[in-house]
Formats: sequence, structure tokens, C-alpha cells
Amino acid sequence: MSEQNNKSEYLVEVNDLKMYFPVKTGFMKTIPLKAVDGVSFTIKPGETLGLVGESGCGKTTVGRTLLRLYKPTGGEFRFNGELVTDKNITPLRKQMQMVFQDPYSSLNPRMTVEDIIGEPLDVHKLYSNRAERREKILHLMELVGLNAEHATRYAHEFSGGQRQRIGIARALAVDPKFIVCDEPVSALDVSIQAQVINMFEELQEKLGVAYLFIAHDLLVVHHISNRIAVMYLGRIVEIADADELNDHPIHPYTLSLLSAVPVPDPRTARKSQRIILEGDVPSPLRMPSGCPFRTRCRYATEQCANECPSLTDRGGGHMVACWNK
Amino acid sequence: MSTLSVEEKIRRNEENLILSVQDLHTSFFTDSGEVKAVNGVSFNLGKGKILGVVGESGSGKSVTAYSIMQILADTGRVVGGKILYKGRNLLDFSKKEMDAFRGDKCSIIFQDPMTSLNPVFTVGYQLNEALRLHTNYKTKEAATQRSIELLKMVGVNEPEKRIHQYPYEHSGGMRQRVMIAMALACEPDILIADEPTTALDVTIQAQILELMKDLQKQLGMAIILVTHDLGVIASMCDEIIVMYGGRVCERGTADDIFYNPCHEYTKGLLRSIPNVDNMKEKLVPISGTPINLLNMPKGCAFCPRCDNAMKICLEEVPPEMQMPDGHYASCWLNVKKQMEGVSADE
Ligand SMILES: Nc1ncnc2c1ncn2[C@@H]1O[C@H](COP(=O)(O)OP(=O)(O)OP(=O)(O)O)[C@@H](O)[C@H]1O
Ligand SMILES: Nc1ncnc2c1ncn2[C@@H]1O[C@H](COP(=O)(O)OP(=O)(O)OP(=O)(O)O)[C@@H](O)[C@H]1O
Ligand SMILES: [Mg+2]
Ligand SMILES: [Mg+2]
Repeated sequence: MSEQNNKSEYLVEVNDLKMYFPVKTGFMKTIPLKAVDGVSFTIKPGETLGLVGESGCGKTTVGRTLLRLYKPTGGEFRFNGELVTDKNITPLRKQMQMVFQDPYSSLNPRMTVEDIIGEPLDVHKLYSNRAERREKILHLMELVGLNAEHATRYAHEFSGGQRQRIGIARALAVDPKFIVCDEPVSALDVSIQAQVINMFEELQEKLGVAYLFIAHDLLVVHHISNRIAVMYLGRIVEIADADELNDHPIHPYTLSLLSAVPVPDPRTARKSQRIILEGDVPSPLRMPSGCPFRTRCRYATEQCANECPSLTDRGGGHMVACWNK
Repeated sequence: MSTLSVEEKIRRNEENLILSVQDLHTSFFTDSGEVKAVNGVSFNLGKGKILGVVGESGSGKSVTAYSIMQILADTGRVVGGKILYKGRNLLDFSKKEMDAFRGDKCSIIFQDPMTSLNPVFTVGYQLNEALRLHTNYKTKEAATQRSIELLKMVGVNEPEKRIHQYPYEHSGGMRQRVMIAMALACEPDILIADEPTTALDVTIQAQILELMKDLQKQLGMAIILVTHDLGVIASMCDEIIVMYGGRVCERGTADDIFYNPCHEYTKGLLRSIPNVDNMKEKLVPISGTPINLLNMPKGCAFCPRCDNAMKICLEEVPPEMQMPDGHYASCWLNVKKQMEGVSADE
């Protein structure tokens, strides 16, 4: 339906996105590593979609492929109704940004804060004179709660939380509508995490940006997201409203993931029953046939080995990919 | 219980203690001066209990653990206090006694399993060496047999094959299991686990935590569990110590700490994490920046970030005080409250 009219209610529409990496397995032999294998989701303007799942399931690859840091193997991505291609990605980057996981290595320590935040302004020529450039930088620093007096300091002089703020100020410099946040608080100390989470929430209220918020801490993701997508081995297995997903998870993987989260509350912890998953995540190079989760799933049947289930709506937009649940 | 004499109670309590750390001070002597990483830490560990150590990054959790094992960096030294193991001060142990302690009585699991397993030897070889050095499994056959048993115990499947593999051939969760198997090889009384699951995914973390709990019950060993994850602490520990700036700011049972926190740092920490019942609310962050050990305030280490700081907090280190429910906290606000209570009674 969005084909005919360019205006869609969604800012981000991802359809059957695939990203395969060629991996050498011997002399002259490569096989595809299916890091992302048919992922679809939508994000509305000003909305946050959380993306969770175990290490290596493809979360970062989804984010990087959207920004076309990788050229996707298949599928399509519409931004504001417009199909994103190699040709139009450069102007679109002004509206899409990424904040990286590690605040220590993602900033050049030999650059001043002013230059780091000013870089995207320079690239996209977003000012008419030096004074305006400086004014914009100071405004951005204020937005993310950095002291304007520190503009001439070097990145290495700041703490982890402050560096993450610098990274976010840089992402905001171009006034984006959509930011991929790849584990933006994971490297931060617990006492600092809350500051940064609040800042993300406040910026969204103020500027109306949409986030794809990748994190492995499910409580953090639940707190910040409107909806949550759960990934397993390159696919989305469940996607629902954040509260709905937490209160009524359906996919067996989501269930065990949620039950494995240690809650910071001793009484609840004493009562709760963990669903311990057997075994490790299979190697993405040796993917099981059918449903990728079946090797660890206690409900697996023959059908699961033969055919991979696709996402179906279980009511109110709660989508699940499972044959048996 | 009430019929016992005080002496008898004290004797029993001491008997049940396996480790007692008293006013421990550890410093690093660096080019930029003395870094007082641990600044008067005291706690007790009961036989077969799990003690959780939480606190800000850089608050001295690992250094406390390393001080007990005496595996500090060259520049580091315990400069004060006592570490009593079954009543004997470890700091007076000879090198030989200490080697025996480390090998037989106390084991440590490090945060990153890749750095603590030797990449050039097979898993089986490394387990065998540990066993032959520290236990009665002296022959190669006996040690191999025992290695396989241990790997089975920590849930490594096909251990007969696994012993011939190198660490890089194992996943993160597998390597952490191998590390635990190594730590258990000598059946220690005390297992120190320094962030044993931080590098792991939640589902693997759940497996490892469950395993540690089982083994603690089965073998009756005591565990010191260092982590910054309050969720892990809540689900694992009998007792908790909360550290800030090289000191213990609060210690008590899990319920004391979570439901009746009496130190402003602990309160702030609990307010700042997302929890099942604050999903719709804004989190309340702890303001300010983490401490710099080279530039410590004279008084309470937390006072520059504390919203309720008083004049005395700047000047003097708060004493540890027992709270009405029996747990301990070091905060001047409690002292003030108590004095006001006393004067109100008068
Ligand atoms: N540039 C690349 N070349 C080859 N393989 C890659 C590349 N980037 C990622 N992969 C592989 O793709 C899979 C998905 O990786 P990705 O980094 O997206 O996972 P993730 O979900 O972000 O994990 P984590 O939680 O550990 O960050 C992994 O198996 C990874 O090894
Ligand atoms: N070898 C060393 N030389 C100098 N200072 C050190 C050394 N090792 C540790 N420190 C300092 O001692 C303090 C306590 O460090 P420690 O590693 O115990 O912190 P921690 O509580 O374990 O933190 P984290 O949660 O980040 O692991 C830190 O400020 C650290 O910088
Ligand atoms: Mg990633
Ligand atoms: Mg540490």
C-alpha cells in the first residue's frame, strides 16, 4: 500500500532484510554466514523499538546494514516512504545516525569535543560562518548535559558517561529523525547508566527522534522501548508492545530469555523459576534446518526441523514465529 | 538458642566463619602517588555462604579479592589490617603456606576466561596440571579421569572429547565452565568469583549461576561473588557488602540491603536501575562523576555526589554503625538520626 503513496505512517519500514557475510572455509572455498536472514519490522516517528537477543544473533549487523555500512544481501528498507539505495544514502545519512557501543574506542582521543561534534556539521555544511558553527556545538553540548566550558577539552579527558554524551551530541548534530543506538549504555557504570537512559528519553520527548535501541539488558530495553523485537540467529522470533512482551511472552526463546534475567529484588528472585536453556547457540555457519531455535527448544517437533516458521499476528500486533506456541 | 551463654554464642559464630577480613588497606605505589585502592574494608564470610560484593567501578572490589589471594600487581601491597582464614592471619603466612592456601583452600575465577586459560595448551592438559600439583590425583590416568568427572560436573558435554581441545575451540560459556572446573579441581573451601558472568549472555549466565549455586550446596564451599549486577546479587547472595571509594559503605543480608538501604550510595544505586515496578517512571540517576582515588575527599568518599551531605561528611570519615535491623552502614545521616532520636527521648 505504501507503494502508491510515498507518505506512510512509518518512518522506518524494513522488509525481509538479509545480510550474508562470505566466510572462507578453505582454499578457494567460501560459504555465506547468514548474520541477518529475513528481518522485517517498522518504526513510527518518535517511537523506540528495542532489539534484544544473544551475542552474535545479528543485532549490530541489522543496525549497520540499515545505515548501509554494509551492502545488504537482500530485502528492502524504506525511510520515510523512500526506498534506500546506494545512490540516495548520502543525503539520507543526515536523517539517520548511529551511536556506538563503546564510548572509549568510538571517539578519537586526540580531537577536542568541539571538533568531534563539529565534524558532521562540516561534512553536511550545516552553518554559514564560524560563529554559527560554534553556537550549534554549544547548543548540542547543552542538550546532552555537557558543560559548555569543556568544548576545547580532548575526548580522553572525559569519563565513560560523558564520552557517550559526546557521541550522542555528534549523532544529533545533523538533526536526525532516526538513531540506531547500539548498546549505548552497556559499557557504562550502573550509576551512570540512568543518566544516559534519561537523556535518551528526554531527547525523544523534545526532538521526536525515533530509536532502534539495541541492548542485552532486558530491563533497560523494557524501560526505554515502546515495542521490543527478540532476535535469534539472524531472525526475529517475536515482536510486541514492550509491556505485552514482558507480561505475555509467547515464543519459547523469549520465555527463557525473560526468565533468565536476574531481577534486582531478592523476594521475586527467590520465587521465580528459571527456564534453563540447554546447550549453546549454534554456530551461524552450521545453522540447523527449519527453525533455528529448535536445537534448544523443549517443544520442538518434526515440523520444526522441516520448515522455518514465519511471524504471525497473535492479536494486537503481537507477532510470533513458532509452530507450537 | 537463648539458653546459650554469650561466650558460647561467640565461639559458635567464630567456628562458622571461614574468612574474616578486618580493616584491610591495600595501596598501589605509582608514579603519580599512592593509590589507596582499599581503604579499611571489613567483612565476614560464613562457611558455605555466598557473599556478594557490589559497588561502583573502581571501588576496590577486585583489589579486595586479589588481596585475599595475595596476587596483587608488583606495585600493590597490603598496608594494613588482617585477613583471618579459620582464625589465622594470611598476611603472616610464609610463601609456601600461601601457595598451599591458593592451591588447596581458595580458588579464583577471573572475569575474562580467555585471559586466564593458556591458549597454547589443551583444556585437559591444564586441568591435569592443576590436579597433579594440588591434589592426590598424581598419575596422569587418575588426573585425566578426574578432569573428565569435573567437566561433567560443570555441565560440559562430551568431556572425553573436550579435554583434547584448545580454549579457542570452546564458546564463552564453555570456557567459563572450564574455568569453574579448574577452580573446583582442588575442592576449595572458598571460591572467589570476580564477575564470573559479565562477559556472558543472559541465558548462559543463568546456566552458570545455577551451576555455582548447585556446587555450593553440594560441596559446601563458601563463595565470594564480585559483580556490579544487582540482579545477580539479589538472586544469589545470603550476605552483601556494598563498596564505594575503597570502603564498605553498607553490609547486611540481601533483604536488608534491598528493602532497607541505609547508605545514600546504596539508596541511589537502587533508585537508578530499571526494575519491574518502575518501568513507567523516570529513573533517578546518581548525580556527579565517579570518584578519583588520587583525589579523595577527606571525609565520606560519596559526599561529593550525595544530595543530603552535611558539613561533617566533608570533614570526617563516617563510622560504621549498626542499624536497628542488625545490618551495618557507614553514613553520618544515620548518626544524626540516632542522636536526634536520643535527644527527642530525653
Ligand atoms: N564484518 C563481518 N564479517 C563476517 N562476519 C561478521 C561480520 N560482522 C558480524 N559477523 C558475524 O555475524 C553474526 C552477527 O554479528 P553481530 O555483531 O551482528 O551480532 P550482535 O547480535 O550484535 O552480537 P553482540 O551482542 O555480541 O554485539 C556473528 O556471527 C558475527 O560473527
Ligand atoms: N595495578 C594498579 N596500579 C594502580 N592502581 C590500580 C591498580 N590496580 C587497580 N588500581 C586502582 O584501584 C582501584 C580499585 O580497582 P579495582 O580493580 O579493585 O576496582 P573494581 O571495584 O574491581 O572495579 P570494576 O567494577 O571496574 O572491576 C581503581 O581505582 C584502580 O584504578
Ligand atoms: Mg553487537
Ligand atoms: Mg573488578
